[in-house]
Amino acid sequence: MLERAQVLHVARLARLELSDDEVERMADELSKVLDHIEKIRELDLRGVQPTSHVIDVAGVLRADEPEPSLPVEAVLASAPEPLEGGFGVPSPGPATA
Amino acid sequence: MSDLLDLTAAAAAERVRAKEIDPGELFEAYRERAAADELNAFTWVADGPPAEAPAADAALGGAPLAVKDLFCTEGVPSQSGSRILEGYRPPYTATVVARLHRAGAPLLGKTNQDEFAMGSSTENSGFGPVLNPWDRTRVPGGSSGGSAAAVAAGLAPWALGTDTGGSIRQPAALCGIVGLKPTYGACSRYGMIAFASSLDQAGPLTRDVTDAALLLGQMVGHDRRDSTSLEFPGELTLPSAEDLKGIRLGVPEELTGSEGGVEAGVRERFEATLRLAEQLGASVEPCRLPHAPHALSAYYLIAPAEASSNLARFDGVRYGLRVDGDADLLSMYERTRSQGFGAEVKRRIMLGTYALSSGYYEAYYGTAQKVRTKISEDFREAFEGFDFIVTPTSPWTAFELGSKTADPLAMYLNDFCTVPMSLAGIPAVSIPCGLSEGLPVGFQLAGPAFSEGRLLDVAYALEQAIGFDGSEARR
Repeated sequence: MLERAQVLHVARLARLELSDDEVERMADELSKVLDHIEKIRELDLRGVQPTSHVIDVAGVLRADEPEPSLPVEAVLASAPEPLEGGFGVPSPGPATA
Repeated sequence: MSDLLDLTAAAAAERVRAKEIDPGELFEAYRERAAADELNAFTWVADGPPAEAPAADAALGGAPLAVKDLFCTEGVPSQSGSRILEGYRPPYTATVVARLHRAGAPLLGKTNQDEFAMGSSTENSGFGPVLNPWDRTRVPGGSSGGSAAAVAAGLAPWALGTDTGGSIRQPAALCGIVGLKPTYGACSRYGMIAFASSLDQAGPLTRDVTDAALLLGQMVGHDRRDSTSLEFPGELTLPSAEDLKGIRLGVPEELTGSEGGVEAGVRERFEATLRLAEQLGASVEPCRLPHAPHALSAYYLIAPAEASSNLARFDGVRYGLRVDGDADLLSMYERTRSQGFGAEVKRRIMLGTYALSSGYYEAYYGTAQKVRTKISEDFREAFEGFDFIVTPTSPWTAFELGSKTADPLAMYLNDFCTVPMSLAGIPAVSIPCGLSEGLPVGFQLAGPAFSEGRLLDVAYALEQAIGFDGSEARR
């Protein structure tokens, strides 16, 4: 069973703010899913290479040639706070633990 | 009008090229149907035909295309079923959508889906659930549920979906249509809002196998904007096989036995289809995929892990929702994501973040990637003795809305028969093989990487023998 502190730690890493209810539900649901998933740790996987790419490919680098990108206005058109040709964000504020 | 709707996309395209049908009239017939959608299959429908009419000899003949919401379409809402992207209109179009447009399949509308493609019922959409046209109290499957329902109900001649662990094949099965997940890398992922990058593939949802082959033929190919995309080896022609002489079909015990919990009605249709295959000349023998029962566990580590990384970009800075912009930066991130994401997306982000976190990475993600290697090896060995592997697509038919939402694990079991092929990156197609208590059942065929041509040929021969009639859902 995942503990409350673990759930809060992971939520912090994932930049999610969870309500008390959500923390409790998440601990319960994730524990059940993890219990099920745990079974794969019983398999003998000594000497097995982890998959990195499912279809073998090689030499995928393209020529490094400059080309036009999207216009800045088009990219900023859907930004919550376009600011002087960039993305406006709130102040990082006081350091948080 | 009703005549037009009775035509498959390939037949309509043929008539457009023969100048018997006007492509504008074809577009408008479907546009009206889509605009009057009562299934919540669409999240956006075009106002009218495209500014530029398709070329008179275009391969896809102007048959309009429904496109899953997660494909970016320039200037058109592309929200991936999520409130965090509500109203987002991208400045560019996904490669496969652009290719299909050029080939003569203009954009009809965007279809509803589970949020960020996470789900098997389309109940996780931020824009409400989609109803199954065979029975409106039931789900259409997911995550490409809007695309599947739209095609089944005749609101679109054909549709694009994406499949990460079964998200094309399972809704196709539950809605009584054809759904193909191509080989990983066959189609460009550029412009698809990513869920799990090592698994996501675009594919067709269509009324029949011929339509799927026609659409796929215009989708495949290397794209310099997606370094994992590959040139499709050989040519994709329209299927024409009339029998299955010499075809060896393998039935994996691990996916068709008691472990997957296959419903009696589904099993009955599946076995009847195997007998039909034998009558057509195929051999049907049991085969082994020893690690397949562990595929679901590996998948539910790998996919959430990749999702937790891919979804980090939704932070209220560049697009979409921003909550509490006057707070400090970190609070803005956390509140935007907490309000913008639904419960299932949060669950998977948490699971993935946990699986990748310091101290757990090797035990979870590392182990899952090794299991993935074993699953690929199982398939490779099976294909030494068999041409194709066949299973039911989904263990059950369309279930009632709300019946599985309380238990995430029960929902995940939908993917039991489809996830192994996703992890191995191989192509698989679901075709309708009959009804069980009035609801469609899907039959899945999977082949080696880049075997789509032969796979669709075999599916075509079976389809002709099955003679499934989906017209009831189009009324």
